[in-house]
Amino acid sequence: METKNIMIVGVGGQGTLLASKLLGRLLLGKGYDVKVSEVHGMSQRGGSVVTYVRWGDRVCSPIIDKGQADCVLSFELLEAARYTEYVKPGGRIIVNSQQINPMPVVAGMASYPENLEEKMADLGIHVDAFDALTLAEAAGSSKAVNLVLMGRLSKHFEFTTEEWMDAIEHSVPPKFLELNKKAFALGQSA
Amino acid sequence: MKTLMLGNEAVARGLYEAGCCFVSSYPGTPSTEITECVAKYEEVYAEWAPNEKVALEAALGASLAGKRSFCAMKHVGLNVAADPLFTISYTGVNAGLIIGVADDAGMHSSQNEQDSRHYAQAAKIPMLEPSDSAEALRFAKLAYELSEKFDTAVLIKMCTRVSHSQSVVETGEREVPEQKKYEKNPGKYIMMPANAKKRHPEVEARTRALTDWAEQTEINRIEPGQDTSCGIITSSTCYQYVKEAFGDTYPVLKLGMIWPMPQQKIKDFAATVDRLVVVEELDGFIETHCRSLGLSVSGKDLFSNIGELSQNLVKEKLGGKVQTGACLSEEIPARPPVMCAGCPHRSIFYVLKKLNLTVLGDIGCYTLGAVPPLGAIDTTVCMGASVSGLHGFVKAGGEEKERQTVAVIGDSTFIHSGVTGLINIAYNESNSTVIILDNSITGMTGHQQNPTTGYNLKGDPCTKIDLESLCHAVGIKRVSVVDPYDMDTCQKVIREELAVKEPSVIISRRPCALLKYVKHPGPISSDPEKCKGCKACMNIGCPAISMVDGKAKIDSTLCVGCNVCKQLCKFDALG
Repeated sequence: METKNIMIVGVGGQGTLLASKLLGRLLLGKGYDVKVSEVHGMSQRGGSVVTYVRWGDRVCSPIIDKGQADCVLSFELLEAARYTEYVKPGGRIIVNSQQINPMPVVAGMASYPENLEEKMADLGIHVDAFDALTLAEAAGSSKAVNLVLMGRLSKHFEFTTEEWMDAIEHSVPPKFLELNKKAFALGQSA
Repeated sequence: MKTLMLGNEAVARGLYEAGCCFVSSYPGTPSTEITECVAKYEEVYAEWAPNEKVALEAALGASLAGKRSFCAMKHVGLNVAADPLFTISYTGVNAGLIIGVADDAGMHSSQNEQDSRHYAQAAKIPMLEPSDSAEALRFAKLAYELSEKFDTAVLIKMCTRVSHSQSVVETGEREVPEQKKYEKNPGKYIMMPANAKKRHPEVEARTRALTDWAEQTEINRIEPGQDTSCGIITSSTCYQYVKEAFGDTYPVLKLGMIWPMPQQKIKDFAATVDRLVVVEELDGFIETHCRSLGLSVSGKDLFSNIGELSQNLVKEKLGGKVQTGACLSEEIPARPPVMCAGCPHRSIFYVLKKLNLTVLGDIGCYTLGAVPPLGAIDTTVCMGASVSGLHGFVKAGGEEKERQTVAVIGDSTFIHSGVTGLINIAYNESNSTVIILDNSITGMTGHQQNPTTGYNLKGDPCTKIDLESLCHAVGIKRVSVVDPYDMDTCQKVIREELAVKEPSVIISRRPCALLKYVKHPGPISSDPEKCKGCKACMNIGCPAISMVDGKAKIDSTLCVGCNVCKQLCKFDALG
C-alpha cells in the first residue's frame, strides 16, 4: 500500500502528543510499519507544534514533506492555515474551529486572518471545520479536544470502533477513560 | 515484542539490554529522554550530573571500576565534555563506555548548529550513527562490544529526527556481563607526558584497526539499485530521506559507523556508479573523506550545510519531480514560543526593561525574555556565559557599566557553569550584579531535577544545594532573595545592588508555574468599566491578556492569578 500521512498540528500544550501516541498504538496493532515524529523543547512553550504520523508497508522518512499529507488534523484554526502547503492535492483538513491568538496578534502587531475556512476550501482542500472545544466540554473537559478530533478522524479511516477503543484504553489514564471515550464518540457523531 | 519507541527511548533500551549499570548525564534537547528512559529501569543507576564534563568523568570512573557505563548530552554539551573526551581517547576503558550526543540541525531548540561528527575525528573516537529507533537499540548494544573489543569509548550520534521519532523496535532481554576487575595500570590511566607519548601510537593503531572493521561490518552496507547512473553515500536520517525519495532506484552505501570511515569499501562502491553523491546534513564530513580518497564526488554543491534536509529536497536536487500543496495568499501570523502565563521570569524582565539595563542572558526558558514586548536581554551565548561575561563587561566598561548591567541565569544553569564565573567575580573583584532566576527546576528541557531542587533523577529526596550558602562560600557577601511577583521590591533591590561598590547576587525565587505542586490562586478578571484601554498590561507579553474592542480581556483558561498585570494597572481594572 501507499504510505499514509497525517499531520497533527496545534498550539504547544493542547495535547497533540496524546493524539499521536494513540494513533501510533492503533497502527502498530494493525501490523503496519509506523513512524511518528514529534518536536520537543522550545517549541512546546505555547508555540506552533507539529507531529507527523506515517504508516504503510515500509515507512522510511520520519517526516511529512510539502504536498504529502493525506490529512492535516488541526487543534486550532490558524495552525491549519499555516500548513495548507503540506496537504496533498485532494487532501483533507480536519480542524477545531477554535481560535487562539498568537503573541503577534495579542500584542497588536498582526491580525488574525478572517474567513480561513472558506479560503482553505478555495485551495481545493476538503475542509471539515467544527467546534471541538464545545464537544470536549460537553464530554467533561476542555482538555479532551484531542479525543474529539480523533473521533472525527476515525470517520475517514477504515479502522473499527473496537480497534479505536483498544488504542484509547492503552493511551489514557484509567480515571479519564470514560471521559475520553465519550469525547471520541461525540467527535465521531458530530 | 514489537513496540513503537522514540529513538532516545530505544537507545535507553539498548543500554539496558546490554547490561549498562551506570548512567550520568546533563539534560539537553534533543538528548534528554535517553537518560529519563533508562532511569526507569530499576537495575540501572542513573543520575543528573551538574554538567556534561562531570557526567563524562563519572561515567569513565564507573567504566574503570568495571561496569558498563553511559552518558548523554546535546551537541553543545559535548563542547563542555570535550576536555575529558580527548584524553579518554588515550586511556581507553575498562568496561564499555558509550557517549550519546544529539545534534540539532535546524536548531529546533539550540543556540548553534554544530556538527558533532568532527569531534569523533578530532578525538579519534569511533562514532556510530543510527537512522531509526531499531538501529538506535541495536547500535547501543554493538557500541559496548566495540568499546570493549577495541579499548575505546564509543560515541553514538543522534539528531532531532532520530531522537524524537518513534519507529518500530523489537526488544530483547537484559544480559549483564560479569563486572571487570579494576587493575592499577599507570601507563594506561595516568596521562602524564611520558605515558601519554606511549599511548598516542596505540590510539593511531586503534583507529587503523577500526578502519579495517569499518571495511567489513554489515552496518556499513551497500544496498543495490537498478540505476547505476548515480550512487549515494549517506547515513542517519538522511538515509531515510534518500530511501523515501528514490526507493531502490539508485545504489546506496549506508554508513552506520561515521568515524572512522572505510576506504576500500567507498572506492569499490564509487567504481560501480557513474556519479557519486553524498547526502548528509550540516557539514560535508563524508564528502571530505571521499575527496581525501581521490574520488570525484557531489555533496555540498547540491545540499546546503545549513538546516535540515527532507525527502523532497533530496529528490529535487537529484533531478526528481516533487509535488507540493497550495499556500494561502495572505500572510499567516507566526506563533513563536512564549513565556507561560504565571511564569515567574516575566516580571523580572519587565523590571529590568523598565530600569533600562543591559542584561547578559543565559540558556533556558528565560531566553524568551529577549522577545517583544519584553525584549530585555542583550546577549545569549552558552551555559554560564552571562555571569563570566558580566565580569569582563563591567571590568572593561567601568563604573558606568557597573551601575547599568546585570547577568540573569537559571538555577540549573548556574550550577552547571555559572558558579565558576561567580568565583571569578569574587576573586578578581568586579562590581557585578548577578540575578539567579531560581524556579526550582530545569525548565526548558521539560522539568528535570538538579542539585538545587532536593530531588534526584529517580525522584528520591536528596541533598539540596543551598544557593545562598554557595554564593556566600565563594566570597559574595551581598546575597538577597526576592519574590519576582513583587515587582516593587524587585525594582528596589536591583537598584540598591547596582549602586553598591561590591559584587552581589539577587536570587529571584519562585517555582516554575507548570510544576504540579504549585497551587495557583486562580484566574483574575478585567473590569471593562474601569479599563481605559491604556495597554499598560500588554507590556508583559502574557498570553492570557488580549485587547478586545479596546479593552483588556483575561483568558480565564490560561490565567493562573499571578497578579503581575494587576500591579501595572493604574485604574484598578484587573483583579
